[in-house]
Amino acid sequence: MTRPALPRWLAVPATAAAVFLAVPLLAMLARVPWGRLPALLASPAARDALGLSLATCLLSTVLSLVVGLPLALVLARGRGRWAVVGRTLATIPMVLPPVVAGLALLVALGRRSWIGGWLGSVGLDLAFTTAAVVVAQTFVAMPYLVVSVEGALRTAQDDYAVVAAGLGASPTTVLRRVTLPLIAPAIASGSALAFARALGEFGATLTFAGSLQGVTRTLPLEIYLQREADTDTAIALSVVLIGLAAVLVAGTARFAHPQGAAA
Amino acid sequence: MRRLLACAAALLLLPACSPGPHMVVVFAASSLNGSFTQLGAEFEASHPGVRVMFSFDGSATLVDQLAQGAPADVFAAADRDTMERASSAGTMTPTPARFASNELTLIVPVGNPSGITGLDASLEGTKLVVCADGVPCGSATAKLANHLGVTLHPVSEETKVTDVRAKVETGQADAGIVYRTDAMASPSKLTAIPIAGAGQAANEYLIGLTSHAHAPGPATEFITLVTGSRGQDVLRAAGFGR
Repeated sequence: MTRPALPRWLAVPATAAAVFLAVPLLAMLARVPWGRLPALLASPAARDALGLSLATCLLSTVLSLVVGLPLALVLARGRGRWAVVGRTLATIPMVLPPVVAGLALLVALGRRSWIGGWLGSVGLDLAFTTAAVVVAQTFVAMPYLVVSVEGALRTAQDDYAVVAAGLGASPTTVLRRVTLPLIAPAIASGSALAFARALGEFGATLTFAGSLQGVTRTLPLEIYLQREADTDTAIALSVVLIGLAAVLVAGTARFAHPQGAAA
Repeated sequence: MRRLLACAAALLLLPACSPGPHMVVVFAASSLNGSFTQLGAEFEASHPGVRVMFSFDGSATLVDQLAQGAPADVFAAADRDTMERASSAGTMTPTPARFASNELTLIVPVGNPSGITGLDASLEGTKLVVCADGVPCGSATAKLANHLGVTLHPVSEETKVTDVRAKVETGQADAGIVYRTDAMASPSKLTAIPIAGAGQAANEYLIGLTSHAHAPGPATEFITLVTGSRGQDVLRAAGFGR
């Protein structure tokens, strides 16, 4: 079945939008000192930042899955006022300005807060540790997973689950054998989005975790610092970040539309 | 609809603010925020019809913006290296003037809960936050530590001196190294512990007219106000040295 044609004039604003989004990225690629790229990326500071970013983002994505997936399952069943409240709370970190997220974490978990003070008294001081980076990343990244998965659950058909339960499967079996496989693409794309968001996390990390090479200075923080001292290194690292983000987003698109170009 | 689109297009083409002969745009290091804001208000009062607009940020960030053609008339940097970077990028008129200095001090949350006495053994086991080497306050910190022969073990190296101050104010860090002016700006939350020998590693503040100034006349008068006796009084009151 062919779709009805779009009006031709739509090409003008659509092209403008595409150019607007592409030009800054292309301008940056044009500035990259390609010849020196391997040397710039091989510096200890750059390698530490990349390694730290990948490790912390992986951890935050796993954390988001372990607790975010159950939250999405519960929210998708929710009806009425409390479901709205829960969904709003789960979404707010997505739209918070990064510095606000950092301040919120500081007030909640900082050394002078009730929770932070208690953690400190049992020897789990979060301040300026890699764990604080993971907390900051998980706080801003988990909502992406929750929203993706919850959306998929709401549009998914309940028929199979109802039949499975009718045949005597326990709730856990239904979840494991029916519900989760049905929404597997959404879980995968939500995880990729969460990972990408964690990778770009900057403001909350800077405010809440600080910035020290190999401990809390992730890729975006290293770029922010190098921008002051050595623009070439900042651009080289930015290209790595853009590349990683592009791979993740493209991967997400494949999961979301597995039929690909055939659509 | 067509008219609406035309208006929207016109809005996009308009610069956010159009500098002209009656507006002086000043790019200045973050630490100058209080003093320069006060001097700007006085300048506007004595020059009816002239507006002074400020952009306060890290000196290095401002140099990048100037090099990209940002419309500033005056640039004030927090150290000589940064001003030299601006000059070698061709954005400054010759010979910016030195107008102030600033030295580093140790700060602790008010009341000094960790009992820190200086850059000594009292810092062991505490959380010290400094500026990263490469930004003016961090270069000054590295220079001072080298001069004093001490090795610092910070838990975080920040890009902006105000981030160091914020981490001590909120109690996340037990101590920080900032400019004296930053310590004086927040007396209710911070206690300053002077560092003996800090004067040896003081950094110099320079101010100059940009090479592409839109209002060179009033801009030069603003520079004269800063380097003159009134400007010096205001800067001294904020904790700057000569």
